[in-house]
Parts: sequence; C-alpha cells; structure tokens
Amino acid sequence: MAVAAALSGLALALPSSVTGQERSASEEIARYRQMLEDDNPAELTELKGAELWQTARGPRNVSLERCDLGQGPGVVEGAYAALPRYFADTDRIEDAESRIVTCMVELQGFSRQEAQEGWYRAGSDVEALVTFVAGQSRGRRIEAAATHPREAELLAIGEELFFRRSGPLDFACATCHAQDDRRIRLQELPNFTDAASARVSMTVWPAYRVSQSAVWTMERRLVDCIRQMRHPEPEFASEAVIALELYLQHQANGGVMQAPGIKR
Amino acid sequence: MTRLLAALVFTALSGTVLAADAESVLRQSHPRATPEEWRTRLEQDRVQALCSRYRNRPPAGVAEEIAKSESESFRYPESGRLMGDWRAGEKLAGIGTGGHIGRIQPDPPGRRKGGNCYACHVLAPTEVSAGNLGPILTGYGNRHGHSPEAQRYTYRKIFNPQAYFPCTSMPRFGHNGWLTPEEIADAVAFLLDPESPVNR
Repeated sequence: MAVAAALSGLALALPSSVTGQERSASEEIARYRQMLEDDNPAELTELKGAELWQTARGPRNVSLERCDLGQGPGVVEGAYAALPRYFADTDRIEDAESRIVTCMVELQGFSRQEAQEGWYRAGSDVEALVTFVAGQSRGRRIEAAATHPREAELLAIGEELFFRRSGPLDFACATCHAQDDRRIRLQELPNFTDAASARVSMTVWPAYRVSQSAVWTMERRLVDCIRQMRHPEPEFASEAVIALELYLQHQANGGVMQAPGIKR
Repeated sequence: MTRLLAALVFTALSGTVLAADAESVLRQSHPRATPEEWRTRLEQDRVQALCSRYRNRPPAGVAEEIAKSESESFRYPESGRLMGDWRAGEKLAGIGTGGHIGRIQPDPPGRRKGGNCYACHVLAPTEVSAGNLGPILTGYGNRHGHSPEAQRYTYRKIFNPQAYFPCTSMPRFGHNGWLTPEEIADAVAFLLDPESPVNR
C-alpha cells in the first residue's frame, strides 16, 4: 500500500488503523453470516412458501402443484436456476416472480392484481413462494441459457440497461458494479462484469436481509438498487427488471445455487 | 475493405437498434412515471448518453467534446466565496439520504439531500466507514493549499467533475442541481481548510 502510494507520487498512505478496522468489520460480518448459516430465518419463509404451493387456494380452489416453471407442469426442482426464460403460453420472458403470478392467475383464478398485491412487503405471498421455488434449486448450476431469439434479444437489452446512466446522480448499475473490490462505505460490491463475482452474488438470492428482517427476492433487491440510484421505480415484473435479471443470471451461469442466503 | 465497411456499418446500426429497443423497454416498464420524473430521472442528456454508449471509456475526441461542454456549466455562489464552512461540509459528507422517490420507500418531501462523500471517499482519517469507489482524499488540503486557484479547481471539480474527467463515476453535483453552490463551497472548505479533520 505504502509502496504503491509512493510510486504514484502521493505522499499519502491509508492509515493502518483504517485497514485494520476495515478488515475486522468484514471479518465480523463474515463470522455473523457463518453463525446464521445454520439457522437462517429464510428457512421459515421457505416453509411458508411450500405450504402456499401445496394449498388449494383462489377462486378455483386448486394448489400450484401443476404450475409449469419451465421444466414442465409440476416440476419445481431445478426450475429457478434456469430462469428467466421464454414461455410460449404467455409469449413473454418470465422470471420466478412473474411466472408464479402467472400460475396463480391461470391455475387458481386470482386476478393479476390480487396475486401480486404487496409483493414488496415483508411476509408477502410472492416472497414466500419465490423463496420456496429458489430453495428447490439448491445445488443446481445457474443456466440462464438465453438461446431462444427472444431471450438473446432481452439479454442484450439487459446489458444495455446495466450500463445506462441517467438521473440526478448520473448513475447506472455499472457505476458501482463494474469493478473489482469496490465498497460503498464498508459494504462490498459485486462486480457483475466478472463471472466469479457475479456467481458469488447471484447464487444466494433470494436472501434474508438482516437490515430489513425480511427475505428479499431478486426483483425486490433490484427495485431497491434502482431507488438508491434515485431513479423511478419500475413496475413489478416489467420487462426492464426481467432484462436486468436475465443479464445478471447469465453473467453468473455455472454458479451453484445456495439460496436462500443471508445478506446485510 | 468493402466487407470491413459493411461489418462496421452493421455494428453501428445494431448498436443503435439495441439502444432504441432498450429505450422502449424502459419506457414500457415505467407506465406511472410522471413527465417530470421522466425528464429529470430517466431521459439522458448528451453526456449521459455518450458515457453509456462508450461504457465510460470515451474515445479522445468524444472526451474532449464532453470536457468542453461541461466546462461551460459552472455557476458560483452569489457571495463569490468558494470556501464556506468546513463543519457544514463535514456534515454534508455524511448524509446519504434525500431524493429517493417511488411508492415503496420515498423520502419525505423537502428532506435534505446530502453529498454522501463518505460513500466513495476516505476523508477524515477518524471516519473508518468510508468507501473506495473514488480516490482517498485524506490530507487533500495539505497537498493543494487553499489559494484562490486551489479553491476554484476544487469547487469546479465537485460542481461538474466531467469537465476534468469525462465519464467519471462521480455525480455532477452542481450541474445536476443536487447540491447548491453554497453547499459545494462548504464541501470545498471541508477539503481545504487547515482546521478541517481532513487535514489534521
């Protein structure tokens, strides 16, 4: 550090107290995560989701067990790891959130509005159902194939949006998430332009967020990122959100799913 | 040669088409954004569009064009004083709230917008919770002094950093109206004042 500073002609090195304290802060968080790993509150959310999945509900009083998440009706295992993907029946690219809502509408007879009501609130049905579905991909490799022409097109749009700067702070996702080893305050930032870093991040979402006392799905996480950039909120399950998710999952292809994880 | 040209034209075209597709997806994804939100938060000005297109690494000619246009944007406090109160500047450096919109977790109207300098910079060595997206600024005033030239350079760099570093990550705090000229002068004092913890 001091050598680097001297080389770059700066008569300045980071005070050692800072590096020491920083390291210990990261270590503390890592220790805390490990402590919680055996006892993640998200497990309760997953159980709640499993129950919702199997319970006959809605105007038609049927369960979600015949839902087609892309691997065929009733196949939940491994489905999350292959999303978002193109679905011929809706002629849309759907992620876990939007596909579950589609099933609630098509199978159970809920209105779209009822199905996604309060999706962003702690304890919502969407949160629980997505967490259950993601848990059924534990140990499976992320494979956002993007081989269908519509998927390839949305993937390119997602990448375009990732680098798109706008708003009062001139921010894009790439402002914080396109370099290695960067932090906002002490919060480490994944570099989504790097496969290894993208995998570390994407394999643990949905995740229990300690600061929120809630499990957050990827959509919930992205909408908050966008809020922090001071941009307007995109709609739930809108194409811009799914395009970004497709780009991020595709960047993380090959990573082994471990969701639900634990985050700050 | 012809083939190369054709390929170049195709690449340029597909880039344009893609950008247009991305714009239309973005528009459809925000059916409820007000015209004012569109104008101020989602539509790109020329600099934002250029930096996005070149992924923040603009070719020399484009960088020059940005530096030139952004050098014409400076506005100064009415008092003419470019070095304000370092204590107010220190406070501003730690405020990360303000300016959030949307239905889920908006800021109450009129909530003060901070500079949030500590999100990206190490400043006072006593504040260990500092980010590293930007350079370390501890001792900045000891290196630059606080001559009128140093004040003007520092003020301008906060007001519109793209005048000096086209496509830098740093927000154009003054140009975009995020901070007032007076607030920027306070931030200048936080950086330059010999009494400021940045320099002690």
